[in-house]
Amino acid sequence: MNAPSATTGNTPMLAVRGVKTYYGNIIALKGIDLDIHAGEIVAMIGANGAGKSTLMMTIFGDPRPREGQVLFEGRDITGMPAHEIARLNIAQSPEGRRIFGRMTVMENLQMGATVTDNAHFEEDLERVFRLFPRLKERVHQRGGTLSGGEQQMLAIGRALMSRPRLLLLDEPSLGLAPLLVKQIFDAIRELNEREKLTVFLVEQNAFHALKLAHRGYVMVNGLITLSGPGRELLQRPEVRAAYLEGGRH
Amino acid sequence: MSVLSTPSSKARFDLVSALKRALLAALVAFGLFSLMIGVRTHTGSNGALFLEGRPGLLAIMVGIVFVSTLARELILGERQIELRSLVPPALTAPLQILPKLAAPALLVFALIVPIIFYQNRYMLDLGIMILTYVMLGWGLNIVVGLAGLLDLGYVAFYAVGAYSYALLAEHFGFSFWICLPLAGILASFWGIILGFPVLRLRGDYLAIVTMAFGEIIRLVLLNFQTLTHGPDGISGIPRPSFFGLPFNNEPGGFAHTFGLHYSFTHRIVFLYYLILVLALVTNFVTIRLRRLPIGRAWEALREDEIACRSLGINTTNTKLTAFAMGAMFAGFAGSFFATRQGFISPESFTFTESAMVLAIVVLGGMGSQIGVAVAAAVMLGGFELFREFATFRMLVFGLAMVLIMIWRPRGLVATRTPSVFLRSPKEVDAEDVRRARAKSWSWRRARHD
Repeated sequence: MNAPSATTGNTPMLAVRGVKTYYGNIIALKGIDLDIHAGEIVAMIGANGAGKSTLMMTIFGDPRPREGQVLFEGRDITGMPAHEIARLNIAQSPEGRRIFGRMTVMENLQMGATVTDNAHFEEDLERVFRLFPRLKERVHQRGGTLSGGEQQMLAIGRALMSRPRLLLLDEPSLGLAPLLVKQIFDAIRELNEREKLTVFLVEQNAFHALKLAHRGYVMVNGLITLSGPGRELLQRPEVRAAYLEGGRH
Repeated sequence: MSVLSTPSSKARFDLVSALKRALLAALVAFGLFSLMIGVRTHTGSNGALFLEGRPGLLAIMVGIVFVSTLARELILGERQIELRSLVPPALTAPLQILPKLAAPALLVFALIVPIIFYQNRYMLDLGIMILTYVMLGWGLNIVVGLAGLLDLGYVAFYAVGAYSYALLAEHFGFSFWICLPLAGILASFWGIILGFPVLRLRGDYLAIVTMAFGEIIRLVLLNFQTLTHGPDGISGIPRPSFFGLPFNNEPGGFAHTFGLHYSFTHRIVFLYYLILVLALVTNFVTIRLRRLPIGRAWEALREDEIACRSLGINTTNTKLTAFAMGAMFAGFAGSFFATRQGFISPESFTFTESAMVLAIVVLGGMGSQIGVAVAAAVMLGGFELFREFATFRMLVFGLAMVLIMIWRPRGLVATRTPSVFLRSPKEVDAEDVRRARAKSWSWRRARHD
């Protein structure tokens, strides 16, 4: 840990306060309030186009919100450039994985360590390989030749290489087979339980996400309509009707 | 195809299909050869040009294509020929070393060219020209090949370098060796000037703006009469000296000092080695940079800009350094060009030059150093080789480029060498990683501080 954690008392690790984000004249986020406390897994579920990814990107500095604030450990990070936010030990695995296709797995992981001190590189590498042994087998393969699931593992592994205190995951289950989804979510749970890593994930896969998360939020059309403990949300009839019944993916 | 549907009929000669293919090949050959071989211009006794048809030769050529295609179809059929299987097993091991020897062999050849062709002024000039383009190609490779920023105005920096040297020498009497770094600095300064407005652009838009930038520089050189002498250009640019010894037939000159007979070739050979060293410096710096964090950041930027930002890479700085670095080497090459020619004018810095350098990078394989060198030699050497085709030269040239792109769509050398290796894929050897990182991380820290 680089700095003593400022998450004392009731200060949330990440706080989003009244954030409104626009794309041109179109409003995408209509005033979002959200708290993530240290050691939590928080999930945000919602349909396509609800604004989940926009929220994720707004937290990470691009696009900038027109109103409202994003606070990390009490510090205002609204409007900071993305690469500086990454240096605050917040890591993001962006939507669609976005691994470096022509670079090897090893090089991808090395890029992940851009913002850290080099003293514990091997240790971090071992940690990623312990979590995803598959990556170790493919360490010299080009990122683009990995399967979808392996690419997702690489994207998460790459984010972990920077020793984040807060990990943001945008749709880690996107386009993966059910078995792989389970594997990825197990890995996230393991990280949280063993290392007390704080995770904020945005998901369409409501069932898995809410089962995993301590707390959840439901977003509809740029507004948060429901929030509460993950398992409680799973039981709510409106959640079941909108996201679960008619096929759990 | 019926041949494919039933496995048993696979061995059967499919004469009809083979004939069809052979005919098609012959037709294509006829189309191409009818202009290149079928007609020839002659100067008559009264000085007028007349066309001579050569139907016989044309028929022979088309016939050869037809027969060889037919033979190939009948012998091989649908089977793909595996080149590897043609090599005797005893030879495979030595043959595998060949690609590794290619670069040293080329280097040795480049070093002894002036010895082999000492008497051949034409070859020496061609060698200098090829090496200039190799250097430009390697410089542009940083921008296009590594950072993935499509730059169609690269010639602008070449021009800035050339004019920097010419003007500094004209007005202040600076020597080549002082002007060389200054030209590089000025060119990279212009690289950053170009970099700022195009930071947010990618792909097609970036290409258009950089192309416009190249034209703007050329038009400024053409119209800023008081400074650049406009279309008249700048003449009488001082020649380089051998570390202070001029290449002339006077006491104190290069030949006298070393007790040699004065020869005009001394300077040519010197220029040859000068550009060879400049090109090798470009290559060396690029190879080193690729293993450093900044080089990896360039490559990551080429792959995915959003991912870069989320990993904490400052994409603004990364792009600007790529532009500045590429421009600097173009500036070096430009001042070399000025000192070699002794005369420069805006005419030497047209869009064609940018296109040529870009073609070298793309044909060579983006990001590959050896590929770019080979492509430069093939393109410029080919240009000279086909000189006798005169007007059809461009046709042949275009055809060759199309063929290369069909045969190797990612360029002559498409493979990308990783910049970090581990000894065994199963076992992560911490020592290896530490060594690889020790090299690069000290640099990275310096960059971050």
